[in-house]
Amino acid sequence: MVMAPHDDLAPPVASIGVIGWLRKNLFSNWFNSILSLVSLWFLVTVGGDFVRWAIMGAKWSVVYTNLRLFMVGPYPPDQVWRVWLVLASVCLVFGMAGGVFGGTIRQFAVALAATLAGLALLPFELVGRGWLLGNVVVLVVGYSVARGRESLRPWLVLLSLATFAASILLLQGFEGNSIMPAVSTSQWGGLLLTFVLTVVSIVVSFPLGVLLALGRRSQLVTVRWFSIAYIEVVRGVPLITILYMTQIMLPLFLPGDVRIDSVVRAMAGMTFFTAAYTAENVRGGLQAVPGGQAEAANALGLSNILTTLLIVLPQALRMVIPASVGQFISLFKDTTLVLIVGLLDLLSVGRSVLAQPESMGLQTEVYLFVAAVFFVFSYAMSYASYRLESALGVGKR
Amino acid sequence: VKQSTAVPFWRDVRVLTALSQVAFVLLVIVAGSFLLGNLSTAMRQRGLASGFDFVNLESGFEIGEGLISYRPSDTYGRAIAVGLLNTLLVSVLGIALSTVLGVIVGVARLSSNWLVSCMAAVYVEIIRNTPLLVQLIFIYFGVFLALPPVADSLEFSGIAFASRRGLFLPRPMPSATFDLWLALIGVGVAAALIVWFVLSRRPATRRTYWPVGLALAVLLLAVAGGWFLVGSPPLTWEVPVKERYNFAGGIPMSPEFSAVLFGLVLYTAGFIAEVVRGGIQAVRPGQVEAARALGLDEPRILQLVIFPQAMRVIVPPLTSQYLNLAKNSSLAIAIGFPDVFSVGSTVANQTGQPVPVIVLIMATYLAMSLITSLLMNLYNRHVQVLEK
Repeated sequence: MVMAPHDDLAPPVASIGVIGWLRKNLFSNWFNSILSLVSLWFLVTVGGDFVRWAIMGAKWSVVYTNLRLFMVGPYPPDQVWRVWLVLASVCLVFGMAGGVFGGTIRQFAVALAATLAGLALLPFELVGRGWLLGNVVVLVVGYSVARGRESLRPWLVLLSLATFAASILLLQGFEGNSIMPAVSTSQWGGLLLTFVLTVVSIVVSFPLGVLLALGRRSQLVTVRWFSIAYIEVVRGVPLITILYMTQIMLPLFLPGDVRIDSVVRAMAGMTFFTAAYTAENVRGGLQAVPGGQAEAANALGLSNILTTLLIVLPQALRMVIPASVGQFISLFKDTTLVLIVGLLDLLSVGRSVLAQPESMGLQTEVYLFVAAVFFVFSYAMSYASYRLESALGVGKR
Repeated sequence: VKQSTAVPFWRDVRVLTALSQVAFVLLVIVAGSFLLGNLSTAMRQRGLASGFDFVNLESGFEIGEGLISYRPSDTYGRAIAVGLLNTLLVSVLGIALSTVLGVIVGVARLSSNWLVSCMAAVYVEIIRNTPLLVQLIFIYFGVFLALPPVADSLEFSGIAFASRRGLFLPRPMPSATFDLWLALIGVGVAAALIVWFVLSRRPATRRTYWPVGLALAVLLLAVAGGWFLVGSPPLTWEVPVKERYNFAGGIPMSPEFSAVLFGLVLYTAGFIAEVVRGGIQAVRPGQVEAARALGLDEPRILQLVIFPQAMRVIVPPLTSQYLNLAKNSSLAIAIGFPDVFSVGSTVANQTGQPVPVIVLIMATYLAMSLITSLLMNLYNRHVQVLEK
């Protein structure tokens, strides 16, 4: 049957356009109307005050003049080029990953390049702007080299691990070297320290967490009980008690001639803590692998160890990626706790900036800046995790 | 022909299992004794004592606030008890308030009102993506310590005050007719319970549809009748009075306590809101449509269809949020509120016995976590029983 086309009636004016949208979304009934008016009043008074303050009243110069402290803390100023170099290598990896994988990662590479370029437009000293622009160039070069080369995928994973190791070496330097003198970890600070703590803890805790998760599902009673006890005890106590314990008790537990400084102790504490949570994430992934997979592998003659390594773990870990990003975010936020054990992360740099006599009474500016930095990174990561979740099709089967 | 099924022992799974367990236990013992050996050597070298004798020694330090009386001449044990009670107080109040706020925000995020759901979303994203410690420090230094001094403190309709010395709320005091009222309300509650019990046992026909509503009506009637009979309220409010340097009377809340409580509530509510939203969205739309088709009105759909099904999804993650709140209260040390961790670290510094003190604190938190999850598991079972 063929329907003869005829002129559609125009929809009623009150249900389309701005008026229609307002009616549908804000004033659909009397209760909603009151809610809308109250919210609007709240937004205008509080939000208006805030915006007026942020533009006119706030003294953001406290952030601007102390920016280097916020970024790297007491890292020696003449060695800051090493931090820039680390950022450049991160940009290279990001650019290449964006080229190889495309999708969300490319979006992030673009966003990173745009942020760096935007920061370069601000009136910083010339060297810093040069580095920022240079990093953008590195990112673009990485992207164009790697673009569309699927075969680079496995190499990229190796490259990022190598970058991680090289960055730590670069930041630490070498004893007696004139170009790169050693910078002890006690001089790492600011956002740099926050990131180093987060990345080191997540990288080191991952294998531990996988082992604990496998241990919790092990047939061996002793291994299983050990894993359960570890995981539950660590998850039952606050992170700060674990940090406190590693700060004070780790030196006591080690032989007398081994000395480790407080940053490494904090890393150890965060690693022990994260391992328990990673273990639970991985356990979730392991449970989601259908039992038939392991049975089929056994039927093909694979031993239990090979079944776990080749069949179960690869599938489980793929499902664990979004949860791990979530773990990464909460770890990133939790690094602020090192303030309590006396390290100079971003938040404690903020506190020491506030201790300067010329920044008296500027708490709001400083803490809002710190919060904004955390917000930008956490929000970006949670957006990435959300996208990854849909890209990997986790939970949809 | 009978085949030999003998397996050499090095390929026998049972033997291998036993052997690997023995190896694992040996490994743990060796590693543990190495660590503990180092520990006892180090403690001897540095003159650190072990054991819990210190709890009976005199502490000699002040604690800002507490629920039980405490003087510096009291023991370390009592100091830790003061801290523990402070932790419990903040945790219990925080759990109650953050649940209320979290449910409101979670429902607001699902509101059909665009403005309301946007504001709830912004709140949740800001709270979840910034560290709790930053929020706590901001609330303490940027809000509570930035309040005006006592002389020009903020007034809230003349009964509550906010100043640099903290918040001062009116305190309910039992009036002369309090006991009479207690008896009256007891009778009302009993009557309401009977009504509810009888009505909810009858088959659900149209007439007996509101067991809860009718029971509440009975209770309300009892209270109204009580007002008529007694003629004066059961409670009077003790309003804080401004004196020269501080307020007297009412419920004083120190800036530290207020900051910890507000910070924990605002933070945890952001997470609870997401839990609540997830739970409500997990109820399949067909359920609501079916309820509508059966002629239930919106409040009753919420009460009878959405709520019981959402609770099943909500309770387990809600438990972990409660546990997180209790554990996060340990961050109070950053703004000087004397919770159990803060008092504990002072004790550890003074006695020079960090090992037993930290063990004691961790055991305390573990016990709190276990008790909370036990209670929530019981409630969870009660909620899950509804499943077919």
